[in-house]
Amino acid sequence: MSIAAAQKKGFGAFIWDYLTTVDHKKIAHLYLVGGGFFFLLGGLEAMFIRIQLIKPENDFLSAGLYNEMITMHGTTMIFLAAMPLLIGLMNAIMPLQIGARDVAFPFLNSLGFWLFMFGGILLNCSWFLGGAPDAGWTSYTPLSTQSPGHGVDFYVLGLQISGAGTLMGGINFLVTIVTMRAPGMTYMRMPLFTWTTFVTSVLILFAFPALTVGLFLLMFDRMFGSAFFDVALGGNAVIWQHLFWIFGHPEVYILILPAFGVFSDILSTFSKKRLFGYTAMVFATILIAFLGFMVWAHHMFTVGLGPVANAIFAIATMAIAVPTGIKIFNWLATMWGGSITINSAMLWSLAFIPSFTIGGMTGVMLASAVADYQYHDTYFVVAHFHYVIVGGVVFGILAALHYWWPKLFGKILNEAMGKWAFWLFFIGFHLTFFIQHFLGLMGMPRRYWVFLEDQGLDTGNLVSTIGALLMGLGGLIFVINIIYTAFKGENASGDPWDGRTLEWAIPSPPPFYNFKQTPLVRGLDPLWIEKTEGKGEMTGAEPIGDIHMPDGSILPFIMSIGFFIAGFGFIYQTDQKAWLLAVFAGMGIALLCMLIRSLKDYHGYHITKEELEREAD
Amino acid sequence: MKGWMGKVKSVFLLSLLALVLAGCGKENLTAFVPKGYGAESSMNLIILSSLIMLFVFIIVFLVYVITLVRFRKKKGQEDFVPKQVEGNKTLETVWTVIPIILVLVLAVPTVAATFDLADESGAKDGINIDVTGNQYWWHFSYAGEEIQTSQDLYIPTGEKVYLNMQSSDVIHSLWVPSISGKMDVSPENENTMYIEANEEGVYWGKCAELCGPSHSLMDFKVVAVSPEEYEQWVEEMKKVDPEAQPQDAVAQDGKAAFEENNCMSCHAIGSSPAAVGPNLTNFGDRSKIAGILEPTKENLVQWIRDPESIKPGNKMTGNYPELSEEEASNIAEYLLQLQPSEITPESAGN
Repeated sequence: MSIAAAQKKGFGAFIWDYLTTVDHKKIAHLYLVGGGFFFLLGGLEAMFIRIQLIKPENDFLSAGLYNEMITMHGTTMIFLAAMPLLIGLMNAIMPLQIGARDVAFPFLNSLGFWLFMFGGILLNCSWFLGGAPDAGWTSYTPLSTQSPGHGVDFYVLGLQISGAGTLMGGINFLVTIVTMRAPGMTYMRMPLFTWTTFVTSVLILFAFPALTVGLFLLMFDRMFGSAFFDVALGGNAVIWQHLFWIFGHPEVYILILPAFGVFSDILSTFSKKRLFGYTAMVFATILIAFLGFMVWAHHMFTVGLGPVANAIFAIATMAIAVPTGIKIFNWLATMWGGSITINSAMLWSLAFIPSFTIGGMTGVMLASAVADYQYHDTYFVVAHFHYVIVGGVVFGILAALHYWWPKLFGKILNEAMGKWAFWLFFIGFHLTFFIQHFLGLMGMPRRYWVFLEDQGLDTGNLVSTIGALLMGLGGLIFVINIIYTAFKGENASGDPWDGRTLEWAIPSPPPFYNFKQTPLVRGLDPLWIEKTEGKGEMTGAEPIGDIHMPDGSILPFIMSIGFFIAGFGFIYQTDQKAWLLAVFAGMGIALLCMLIRSLKDYHGYHITKEELEREAD
Repeated sequence: MKGWMGKVKSVFLLSLLALVLAGCGKENLTAFVPKGYGAESSMNLIILSSLIMLFVFIIVFLVYVITLVRFRKKKGQEDFVPKQVEGNKTLETVWTVIPIILVLVLAVPTVAATFDLADESGAKDGINIDVTGNQYWWHFSYAGEEIQTSQDLYIPTGEKVYLNMQSSDVIHSLWVPSISGKMDVSPENENTMYIEANEEGVYWGKCAELCGPSHSLMDFKVVAVSPEEYEQWVEEMKKVDPEAQPQDAVAQDGKAAFEENNCMSCHAIGSSPAAVGPNLTNFGDRSKIAGILEPTKENLVQWIRDPESIKPGNKMTGNYPELSEEEASNIAEYLLQLQPSEITPESAGN
């Protein structure tokens, strides 16, 4: 549905439509808007951090506020920006790439989004209610159990609620890919972005429960007097670190693998070549995911686990370099011999290769346990993971947005502004983070509110802050580009890039039922095969017939509000038992919604064959 | 092998030195100029891994640049459709096997060094110091010597000193970049790490694990002196008389004020192991006040009167009666005269 058509219906109807939608494309819009909002918020927090560190012993932020800022920057960027933006892209594109009309569980999809959104809002309410969490995004116990006020409580409940949404998303994508591929779309013909969505969903399924457990234990320690992490009462403080990183390390791959998928699709499309070493790429992805679960303790080399554990985890970590290296070389080989078009989507992808290579290489350097004794918890680590997460994930998201924007919204993002945004952000990024490798070894630990005068850290920090401002400027231009394109953007055809995969076989933006006829897939890059060897368009795997569509529902929204209210109840019942009422009311609302959903039949509706044929004219 | 590595190392170290001189860190703080056993071990691996990674990066970057220059779409060839290559077994094997070899080259010395730095076999006969991390200061208790100090850790050069570390509150992490990598200081179990300084000096130490608002201000110093000077320091510290009256009247008033305001319920002077707050035995010799301020009387008065303005979230604020300017000044005078040893940070050469 285009925005113009929605405006004709009236603003209220437009809002209602989005509140109740179960269409994967509209839910993708919601994820992009929600994730985009939190990305800007997290970016603003980053600016505050860098301004505080522009000179030694600065007093732009107070010590306590600074710790809140770094905690919220990390938490927001990982949980509320990067992941939702990627899930939004998966929602928008993955069903199209496998020739499906929607995801397997449209209702669950909507619920997943609203849980994420209300979890994120709950977490950010802490800013206005006595202070945000301040124990770092890793929230190590006992600092987090001892943190005064309600900040960490908001962290626990906010992440618990949004985490439930993410878990639902993962399960949904898994079932969708397993059961809803079009005829002929075998596993080894799936585009890499779909493959990485699949593997990422497996990672979500296995990694998030560890976080859920950890958060529950933390919640009970803080709110209900248990002592899981209280050493004085026989608890174990280090176990939090294990739980957190058993989730946290796979989380890195949850973020980076979809980006790998994006680059694989984009580099192949704009080089006009099929992906080099497709099979190796798929297995490298699976191998990275598998190894990703066996390396969590490399975040804990300095905890004192002993030389045996440190040595094992060091080697396991280094092993990940091998499949990652395979990927880098396969991307290069994909471009080799091709006919390379360089536009904004491609610029971000090309910038990714050297940037991410640096991030990956510092990762191997960090894996060397004894070297890590120096790097650990310094700006070297900060530089490393920003090279991975900005140079990999954020570049990937921006590349994907430029690449799929026409498919999502029917308009092409402005190229001139795209290039400006790219160069500013790219140069700013390297200015900000490259020098931080050195700052770390020069003796600057991470999470430092101030650095002292006369420690040789002034220049590096100043350069870093200047770089961050450039990144901010680049980001701003990208936002302006979005607004400009919405009003004055060039309309896109169904296949503006001479694409290779199924999403380019249908109009831009796609009709709400996606495919009039489920396509018949004859190989990898199905559209390319039809263009070069067939009649130029996909053949249907079925005659045109009635399409069954699911009903929209407001229940996911209301259910999420229920959890949101209950979240407040849990947080404040430690002050005032009356708040337990909010717990019961909120949980009651959620339960009632579940009951309605279970007992009432939703039959959906059909788009008839006649309507489909009429639309074709 | 050894000779070749040695040459590479010396070239690398020279260029690093050049970097440092060009502003790559402050001596005795930066890890780029290792002056202790642990820091050297780490630096060897940092150099080795950097070289391997540089090698990989150069190859990737060369291929990348050549690809972009050669295969960018050319004018007049808009309709050119490249050959759709599926893959190449030989190439793919090459870029799988070579990284495996490179990783092994790094893995072997990593494992060796990991076990080497965890070797505690010398702890029994060596110097053992119990380290306690506190929000936001460090306490050092010399095992078997009845010596307690805070903030300044005295060690002899050329000898492994075993630090047995535990926290009294949240997790901290002890890091002296120029001498040694870091290790967590946890409330849960004692972690042991040895440090060894090659040459005399006052080395900056830092807390590397987020521990609260003043995490970034939890600095301390390692004062590495010659073994003879260390012996002398130990003897003089053991002889401290906590009741000793200061020489001048102002300091005597200060001592009285110190006692009246019950400062010693937290701060011990002498070898009492109680350490709610930092031990003040050799306060006058300390290289910094509160780990971060220059040791002037003016700074000390400000610290005594309003510690919150210097270290937000510290545990002293609000736990003692308000002091007048004069009282604070007298106490400062008293504390700055607590100089039981001739061995001070100055003895360490800087």
